[in-house]
Amino acid sequence: MLHYTMRRILAMIPVLFIVSVIVFMIVHLTPGNPAFLILGEDSSPEAVEQLEQQLGLDQPKVIQYFDWLKNIFIGDLGQSIYSEESVTQIISERIGPTFSLMIISILLTLIIAIPIAIFIVWKRNTFLDPLFLSGSLLGTSIPEFWLALLLVLGFGVSIPIFPVAGYIPLTDGFLSWIHHLLLPSIVLAAVEVGLIARMLRDSMLESVNQDYTKTARGKGVKERKVLMKHVFSNALIPTTTVVGVTIAGLLGGTVIIETIFTIPGIGQLLIDSIHRRDYPVIQGVILFIAFIYVLINLLVDLLYAFLDPRIRYD
Amino acid sequence: MLRKKRNLIPFLFLILLFLATITASWWLPVSPSFMDSSLRLMAPSSEHWFGTDHFGRDIFGQTIIAARVSLLVGFTVALLSTILGTVTGLIAGYYKKLDSIIMRIIDGMLAFPSLLLALALVAALGGSITNIIIALTFSFWPVMTRVVRSSVLQVKNIQYVEAAKTSGVKDPVILSRYILPNVLSPIIVQGTFIFAKSILAEAALSFLGVGVEPSIPTWGNMLQEAQIYMTMAPWFSIFPGIFIVITVLALNILGDGLRDAFDPYAKGKKKAKRRPFKRKEQIAS
Amino acid sequence: MLEVKNLKAHIDTADGVVKAVDGVSFTIKPGETVGIVGESGSGKSVLAHSIMQLNPKPPTFYPEGEILFEGKNLLQLKEKELQNIRGNEIAMVYQDPMSSLNPVFKIGDQLMEAILTHQHMPKSKAKMRAIELLTDVGIPDPEKRLNAYPHQFSGGMRQRVLIAIALACNPKILIADEPTTALDVTIQAQILELMKSIQDKYGTAIVLISHDLGVIAQMAEKVLVMYSGRIVEKGSVEDIFYHTSMPYTWSLLRSLPQIDAESRHRLFNIEGQPPNLIHPPNGCNFHPRCPFATEQCKMVDPELTKRSANHYAACLLSEVEFKEGKKRIENAEKEGGLKHV
Repeated sequence: MLHYTMRRILAMIPVLFIVSVIVFMIVHLTPGNPAFLILGEDSSPEAVEQLEQQLGLDQPKVIQYFDWLKNIFIGDLGQSIYSEESVTQIISERIGPTFSLMIISILLTLIIAIPIAIFIVWKRNTFLDPLFLSGSLLGTSIPEFWLALLLVLGFGVSIPIFPVAGYIPLTDGFLSWIHHLLLPSIVLAAVEVGLIARMLRDSMLESVNQDYTKTARGKGVKERKVLMKHVFSNALIPTTTVVGVTIAGLLGGTVIIETIFTIPGIGQLLIDSIHRRDYPVIQGVILFIAFIYVLINLLVDLLYAFLDPRIRYD
Repeated sequence: MLRKKRNLIPFLFLILLFLATITASWWLPVSPSFMDSSLRLMAPSSEHWFGTDHFGRDIFGQTIIAARVSLLVGFTVALLSTILGTVTGLIAGYYKKLDSIIMRIIDGMLAFPSLLLALALVAALGGSITNIIIALTFSFWPVMTRVVRSSVLQVKNIQYVEAAKTSGVKDPVILSRYILPNVLSPIIVQGTFIFAKSILAEAALSFLGVGVEPSIPTWGNMLQEAQIYMTMAPWFSIFPGIFIVITVLALNILGDGLRDAFDPYAKGKKKAKRRPFKRKEQIAS
Repeated sequence: MLEVKNLKAHIDTADGVVKAVDGVSFTIKPGETVGIVGESGSGKSVLAHSIMQLNPKPPTFYPEGEILFEGKNLLQLKEKELQNIRGNEIAMVYQDPMSSLNPVFKIGDQLMEAILTHQHMPKSKAKMRAIELLTDVGIPDPEKRLNAYPHQFSGGMRQRVLIAIALACNPKILIADEPTTALDVTIQAQILELMKSIQDKYGTAIVLISHDLGVIAQMAEKVLVMYSGRIVEKGSVEDIFYHTSMPYTWSLLRSLPQIDAESRHRLFNIEGQPPNLIHPPNGCNFHPRCPFATEQCKMVDPELTKRSANHYAACLLSEVEFKEGKKRIENAEKEGGLKHV
């Protein structure tokens, strides 16, 4: 396991390198001079030149890249053009709401998806299975933002049981924290539940006729226990890999959902910065999210290995 | 493949939608761009099936017209991603030396949630149909590369490929004549899913105001405009949304159905039972 | 103790109904070993799983017949009652030890599950029993091995564990479905020996399913030969091996490699394939592959008829006709063989 962990951590290095190159390129290889873009069309050449120098844009691209990379290593993601605050500072202020939203959405997704999958596999020869399949397809076909609008209309306006905007930090009370996050989390979960439940169902169905389940049934173990214990524990392993994909979906989804529900998280910061053309912040946020995502995938891989004794005891 | 009813219905729907949107100007009773300030935000009626928008335009007509850009973006992205992903996937799967380089880059690109990568690219390039297509292609083709590569790895060592190799058939011929036809089904399936995802992504980007120019009607742009009238005129948001859902659902059903049709053992729980009887076994040898 | 009467187990498939088991009858007495032999696809495994009632339903269904275990018809018991019998009174050992243990649980957990499903006892006691069982099946250092995972065991060792699981509740009948097929020859012998010694110790009746006549000859007292879902010959080991009365059995025997063979004939194989069980041929199911087949065989479906005290065979040929046929073929082969030299 230690060997495996080390190997996985080392494998992150080239990925993070490529990530940094892509993030760098996104801003620096765009048509037009970034300084020009920042200052606006009718800026004076002197001002542009001064900003170029300030941002190091007069240097060759390769040197700019390594300067930038060096700064990242000491935690310096540059300065916001809009507020002149440090990007690291801005991001750290916005992490809380985004992480809260993600955690509740993931929990919600799992709480709904796992029982559904088990139930569907238990009733696998009934009409419920095709119904479930259609449902999960429908789930992945609904645009998140549209579902959010409908839910806001339904549970925020018509039957106002949830607040439709804003965020209360956890430190101000658990109940109002979760009350404000529940509706956006439901939207995010609704899309991911189909994916996870489908994957879990598929791997459970694959496992349901494996030889080891025959052994378990041959012991006289109840069908319910065969499913919950023998089938589920094996199906869980391949399903963890989809959790990574789900989290990518959630990270993408939070951008939209935070905007709709005016939750002051990283996603809203990104959209605001795009509208303000605040490139250092855009760059910082994208890099940060990609880094988090790589980290989550590492954890998922380790979880995978931990769940599977064949890798754990390698 | 399309003979199955389950695949045929979504396929016909997509064809119908395509035909309806390109011929819209001939058959729509009211021009979708016709504005009438006296008809602002009218509820659905026999005259305006989906109601009217904040300029008094017919929402049904707008929705039909908007399908043009949504389908165009979705299809082009699916096509470009498929071409790029297939070429890189074939190369990565077939040539061991290039594999690690290509896959490192692909892994790096897949480290971004696809919507965010597209968002960042559009932010840098500026919003326009072409840039949306570039951004979405860039976000989606790595997935295709992975799919193609893993299929190639499975096919590569099958005996007839080995045989072709040893008898001196050139690599491009092996790749195009021997390997490509065998990995075509996952490519088509994945391409269909990318089509679906691109429609959703374009709508999301336009909704966020960083997508297609607001003057061009797309489903995402309509929903962006409709958002502030949500409580006053919910139909303005509901109908374009339903069109997105149905179109994407049709593509997802098609992709799912094609996957089952291509994979004889995916759905054939019953059929799989027959396998033992097909095998000829020599006893006690 | 166990009596199977005219059992039919059919499987619904997309292409039609497969008659996997089609009218099979036999009995098992306490402590005896019954061998069931036949090609792949002859219905052996479906028969074994029918006794356990472990064929997935649907698509499997039982249009006719009875499986009487101590007077109860297993086909009519409720799932809950069956669960009380499975692993407790009738237990099973499967073909592939590599995939028959759950990879994510420890050996000890899987063994103790078998014990605790039927016997109420504290965990510590179940653990003692598990250690005892592992010792019984010849696994060294059992206390330590309880905490190991299946992948840390070799195939032979896993089969021993599976036998231990099957023995957990001292079953009256042990069904072994090709228990040695997936194992090396030396390990095969060990596993068979282990089963014999367990039978001697506990008096368990064994149903041994195999395509390997050598294994059957070594282990069984009574033999059933299955072909396309039916029993085509049954009798004692002696009857089957020395008084063969059915061409299919004869073909099976001739396909065995013989070490002492003076006649050095090429390894025999049975031409053709097992019949389609959805649309079986008219007449005798074996006639398309039978070297003795007559016009009559294409029309009349033979029933099991008595040949001697406990020996039955399903063949239209008389003893004399069969003997002459065999001689004819053997002579023809000898000539053919000489030509090759």
